Amino acid sequence: MAGGIKKFVVGCFDDEAVLFPAVKNVRRAGYKIHDVYTPFPVHGLDHAMGLRETSLHTAGFIYAITGTTTALTFMSWVFTKDWPMDIGGKPHFALPAWIPITFELTVLFSAVGMVLTFCYLCQLAPFVKKHHFHPRATDDLFVMAIECTDKTNDTEVQEFLQNAGAKEINVQHAESGWWIGRYDKEQKLYRDERGY
Amino acid sequence: MNQPFKLPGSYKMWTYGLIGAGIIAVLYGLIVFHPFEHAGHGHGGNTNSTRFWAVLLQNSVYWLLVVNAAMFFICVTTMAMGGWQVALRRVPEAISSVVPILGIITFAILMAIVWGGRTDIYHWLDKEAVANDHILNGKKGFLNPVLYTVWSAVTILLWWLLGKKMRSLSLKTDKAGSMDYETGKKWIFKNTVWASLFTVFFALTVASTVPWLWIMSIDPHWYSTMFSWYTFASTFVAGMSLIAIFIIFLKNRGQLEYVTEEHLHDLGKFMFAFSIFWTYLWFSQYMLIWYSNQPEETKYFIERIGTAEKAGPYKGIFFFNLIVNFLCPILILMKKGTKRSWTMITFVAVLIIFGHWIDFYQMVMPGTMRDHAEMMPFEFGVAALFIGLIMWGVGRYFTKHSLLAKNHPFLKESMIHHT
Repeated sequence: MAGGIKKFVVGCFDDEAVLFPAVKNVRRAGYKIHDVYTPFPVHGLDHAMGLRETSLHTAGFIYAITGTTTALTFMSWVFTKDWPMDIGGKPHFALPAWIPITFELTVLFSAVGMVLTFCYLCQLAPFVKKHHFHPRATDDLFVMAIECTDKTNDTEVQEFLQNAGAKEINVQHAESGWWIGRYDKEQKLYRDERGY
Repeated sequence: MNQPFKLPGSYKMWTYGLIGAGIIAVLYGLIVFHPFEHAGHGHGGNTNSTRFWAVLLQNSVYWLLVVNAAMFFICVTTMAMGGWQVALRRVPEAISSVVPILGIITFAILMAIVWGGRTDIYHWLDKEAVANDHILNGKKGFLNPVLYTVWSAVTILLWWLLGKKMRSLSLKTDKAGSMDYETGKKWIFKNTVWASLFTVFFALTVASTVPWLWIMSIDPHWYSTMFSWYTFASTFVAGMSLIAIFIIFLKNRGQLEYVTEEHLHDLGKFMFAFSIFWTYLWFSQYMLIWYSNQPEETKYFIERIGTAEKAGPYKGIFFFNLIVNFLCPILILMKKGTKRSWTMITFVAVLIIFGHWIDFYQMVMPGTMRDHAEMMPFEFGVAALFIGLIMWGVGRYFTKHSLLAKNHPFLKESMIHHT
């Protein structure tokens, strides 16, 4: 494991309507929300958590114009300098014929680039592992992880979450970033949990 | 909110000012251009009289299709069970209420061209030429004055009546009071049925036959299967821009309290997406013709941009068209911030409406005016007449009816709309 092991207070909510005021109150109390894990995309949660607008689309635009430039420069070089060919009597610099390919490369570059950037931003990749705060976060629970500093009183945070309506609260010491490894060696699997 | 909306004095001033300027332009044309003089044999006879009819044709068809696109917008959003547009629905309704006015004017102009024997506009009206022309002879079943008249009349009449039905369904809810679940369901069903009828007829007209008859037949030897879609995209994106402009006007007057940046964002997306759609069709038409290089097809573009040896008279306008209608919208509207900015949307909407007016200009002029096309006060004056008429009709609808469809079953969905 790389990065740093940190201490988290984890609260699980079973209702979206309880989650939103809880997020608001936790932020107002000055605690730092590490992340909220939800079974499905929750509309407006990013706004409630105070996350800034993503820059993914700016990255997408840059990839797209890179694709456009690549396509146009490569085809111009091939057909006018490197290997000029007479195709149907058209000029060597046959721009209209290149537009579909330019379009495709623009889309390809931006799509692939954005997927990779998205994976990087979310810290996802093949063979890469992240800590799961609660297995039911992919099923029916909204899991809020609050990051503790050395000054945070975790019993106080737990009480706070209790009052905010969390159904299940615990403290976890976990890796905050991603790492390469295997869950079955390093972490107890859900099927090995009691009561599965 | 319950008080009827009163048009500000400046709006009335602009409306009558534009109509006045337009009437002066048309009168000027009537007197100076001798529009009823015989056109001469084929193209390029009396340029001035050709100019009169070509400009009227371009403007009437363009503005009629633009205002009719507003009803298409209502119908497709209704069929898609859309809720977000309900808070602003009265604006496209108001715009579509101009269809009868512009429809009658357009029909009158088309009839004057066809029955006035304007062979300089429609070459296929020349019986002698058609008899000696293998291609035109083959198209005689479609390109003839009777079919042209009947189908134009049916088209305009049904746009009028089906649009009127959609508007009256909406206006009736204002008087009926709020609906319970069952009545609401019935009303939605009825509304959807009429919306589908309009949409089907729209597909049979704007998306196919009408651009063939009214515009493509100016170059009767030439044909393109892309043409109607390209015309549709052109007028639809201009129609969305017109809706946005009127919404922003009402917003500035403190009306439409439930229309927020979220709605503006969606309108901006429509303008952005359909600008790209227009480009896609424009390019598909151009590239296939350029690639296959058939003389009877390339003729259309040679008349516009010319050949490698000699530039055509419309080269500037042709590429300007692409800059205003593709490059500007795609670059300006790409960012979320600009789609949510009232100022930027106003700017781009005006640009798009002007851009597609130019687009129609370069559809009509090369086949009629050849190398003698002008863009002088007369051309802009006629456009002013149509803009003034649209403002007059829309203003009348705004003052006569509530600006909010307050009993529409989906109103709440529109109020809490969030993109």
